[in-house]
Amino acid sequence: MALPRAQSAIALNRFGFMPKAAAPTDARGALLADLDNPAAGQINNSDLLSVGEAFRALVAFRQEEKAERLAKAAALSSNPSEMVAPASNDSVKPDMAKPDVAARPMLGVPQQIYLKEAQARFDVALAAETGFVERLVWFWSNHFCVSADKGPVRALCGAFEREAIRSHVRGKFFDMLLAVETHPAMLLYLDNAQSIGPNSFAGQRRNKGLNENLAREIMELHTVGVRSGYSQADVTNFAKVITGWSVVPPRQPEGGVFIFNPRQHEPGAERVLGRDYADNGFEQGRSVLLTLARSPATAKHVATKLARHFVADAPPQSLIDLLAKRFQDTDGDLKEVSRALVTAPEAWNAPASKLRRPSEWLVDSMRALSLPAPNVQPLLNVQNLLGEPLWRPPAPNGFSDDSAAWMDGLAQRLDIANNLARRAGPLTDPETVAERTLGPLLSDETKQTLARAESRPQAIALLLMAPEFQRR
Amino acid sequence: MTFSAHLTTRRELLVTSGALFAWAYMPRLALSEGRDPRFLVIVLRGALDGLAAVAPVGDPDWVRLRGSDALLISGDTAALPLDNFFALNPAMPNLYRMYKAGQASIVHAVASPYRERSHFDGQDVLESGLTRPGGDTGWLNRALLSLQPGERVRGKDAFAVGPITPLLARGPAPVLSWTPSRLQPASNDTLSRLLDLYQHTDPGLAKALQERTALAAIASGGMQASEGRPARPVLAYFNEAASGAARFMARPDGPRVGALAFDGWDTHSNEGATHGRLSVLLGALDGALAAIESGLGEAWKETVVAVVTEFGRTARINGTEGTDHGTGTVALLAGGALKGGRVVADWPSLADNALYENRDLKPTTDLRAVMKGILRDHLRADERVLASTVFPGSEHVKPLAGLLA
Repeated sequence: MALPRAQSAIALNRFGFMPKAAAPTDARGALLADLDNPAAGQINNSDLLSVGEAFRALVAFRQEEKAERLAKAAALSSNPSEMVAPASNDSVKPDMAKPDVAARPMLGVPQQIYLKEAQARFDVALAAETGFVERLVWFWSNHFCVSADKGPVRALCGAFEREAIRSHVRGKFFDMLLAVETHPAMLLYLDNAQSIGPNSFAGQRRNKGLNENLAREIMELHTVGVRSGYSQADVTNFAKVITGWSVVPPRQPEGGVFIFNPRQHEPGAERVLGRDYADNGFEQGRSVLLTLARSPATAKHVATKLARHFVADAPPQSLIDLLAKRFQDTDGDLKEVSRALVTAPEAWNAPASKLRRPSEWLVDSMRALSLPAPNVQPLLNVQNLLGEPLWRPPAPNGFSDDSAAWMDGLAQRLDIANNLARRAGPLTDPETVAERTLGPLLSDETKQTLARAESRPQAIALLLMAPEFQRR
Repeated sequence: MTFSAHLTTRRELLVTSGALFAWAYMPRLALSEGRDPRFLVIVLRGALDGLAAVAPVGDPDWVRLRGSDALLISGDTAALPLDNFFALNPAMPNLYRMYKAGQASIVHAVASPYRERSHFDGQDVLESGLTRPGGDTGWLNRALLSLQPGERVRGKDAFAVGPITPLLARGPAPVLSWTPSRLQPASNDTLSRLLDLYQHTDPGLAKALQERTALAAIASGGMQASEGRPARPVLAYFNEAASGAARFMARPDGPRVGALAFDGWDTHSNEGATHGRLSVLLGALDGALAAIESGLGEAWKETVVAVVTEFGRTARINGTEGTDHGTGTVALLAGGALKGGRVVADWPSLADNALYENRDLKPTTDLRAVMKGILRDHLRADERVLASTVFPGSEHVKPLAGLLA
């Protein structure tokens, strides 16, 4: 069914990225086709490391670093004269006075891996057709976020997104949930790798115990949601259930991957949310996750977050209900839920009220101006500057999906828009870009503002900052 | 200021405005004469009001056209008299000093061949050197191509090949770029245009932007953005860009020919020639010229700086204390290599019937003649090449002679 042009443009902006070429005439069809395209949202780059490879590379790097430090310390202690401070010493090499660029230490392995993963992520977003599946990946990656700022996670967060999120973005919610909660990045981020059942073999030998961080966040953030009726006892018991969900020590040849370690696992049956789970090892935790995934509270929680992310800060209840019902009816089939999202009338009729998140706005701007991204670092800098550093959310609840949270960065966006516009070059025609990207959404006021600008770069900057470009 | 081989982080996001784009070689012919000339072009984007920069105070129609906005040679903001007809905006004491020392000249009632009033097309023509919009190389670059390249400029540590070269410097001649480390803030002009748009279409965004920019202004110790005055960061940016560029061009192995651009000259409302926005911008430009003079040191003696803009502004003040897009304007020339202290103008008069289309200062000098004069006499560019490939179709536009000492 053909839609009015303006509505179609709103929907493309709402669910995807800025069109790179002429907008498709059948917007709904294009979004649904993206869901059916197996290549959408996938990164096929054999250079990227699996989580185990990344973790082992990280540990090898740390060991090398340590060996170097030890060697230096040993050299110094055997030759203490070198420790004399060379202040006011004429024999100091002249180039010691100023920092030598070439002599700057190379990036560490974790940062190299992080940058490669980030580059692959930007590449796939900039190349995407409508970008709907990629936007879904971003949504789920933020829902199940990990942080690169925690320990070894910097080297693992890219693999996490590819292995746990992208692989299941059109699959079952439970499969994604299981992949997420058994992924080393998540187990390390929320401390479950070190959680030890007090009565387990390891718990009895070492004076270490339970860490309920992951169990709590699974319930509060990942599935049923806060205030959905679970108690502290549910959290504690669930934490016991998933003791032993850990990571093979990365020094081992096949290390750095998930392992169920029975020696850490708290023995015995546990009662979680009114149901008893017999101790059948790993299956015990898997069963709790399955119950949580099938809970109506999870359907409601996920539906609310989806509607809030894609449609409005305060989405219509009817849309939430519809998505929740679809979620339950299909046993959490994310492709079907996504399909329901783009076919619901509420999702098309709502006015464009949400402020684009910095990451979205950046990719949309790059796509609008056809800017290449040969080097990911400046893009990461933009996201840092605007308060949404890639894979580095401030807390396990991820980056906010509330427009108000991003208003603060509006003035910085203007400076960035100013600079992006200049990168686009003096010959980029603002009118052409505006027509291609926003087309029927452009207000007369915006058109007039662009036409009256003092230079093309100024017009481009104003276009990137126009309300139609900021909101979706 | 430090430079690195890798343009990392913010700097890669940076921009043509304020960035120096310089030829990768030295001009061999001039060097063989025992000279070592420097040439820097500064483009003012947005169209400078030439009449407010250099006022024809002796023209009988001047005060009638500009009313209380007319610069006068008396009063508390008296313009600086250049001769018995023209006076310089009081915001430019350094240019005035250079002028008095014979190191600056003004060309008035000047314009490129472009006669419409679109900024974008006007800048294209100004920078491409063609007679109409279109074309993807700039006259400065094509002029470089006609000069024999001498030694390659040193500076892998200082320059990167600019992906965002302005049209003026684009073309087959290899060009390097350097950008000041300061992230150029969006101009107050851009900010006020955006605020205006938000106020008409999205009050929520308007409120957020207003609050945040007010906070930022206080945080940076800058002045409030009242009366459309550019905030202090713009001044600092002009200065850093100009002095950085000058220091490069001063180096024995540094570049000799380059280009910079400064934005923000589109003064449609509250132009503020003596107290407001234009006054601050001209002050910033004046500061930039002084920074170039001191940054170049001894090399200033062999330097020409040409400040040009895409077109002028209306002769009359409009209904919002500003001026709209016009035609004739000024070109400001500074540098020790000039035979300065002169206003070069075939003055068309400001009488109503003498105005171009009854609204603009009528251009009587072709800007291409000025540039051709400098390129020929300063850099030793071949006159036939100037007429054919640098400014195609300009055979009838003779190079303006006598600008150089």
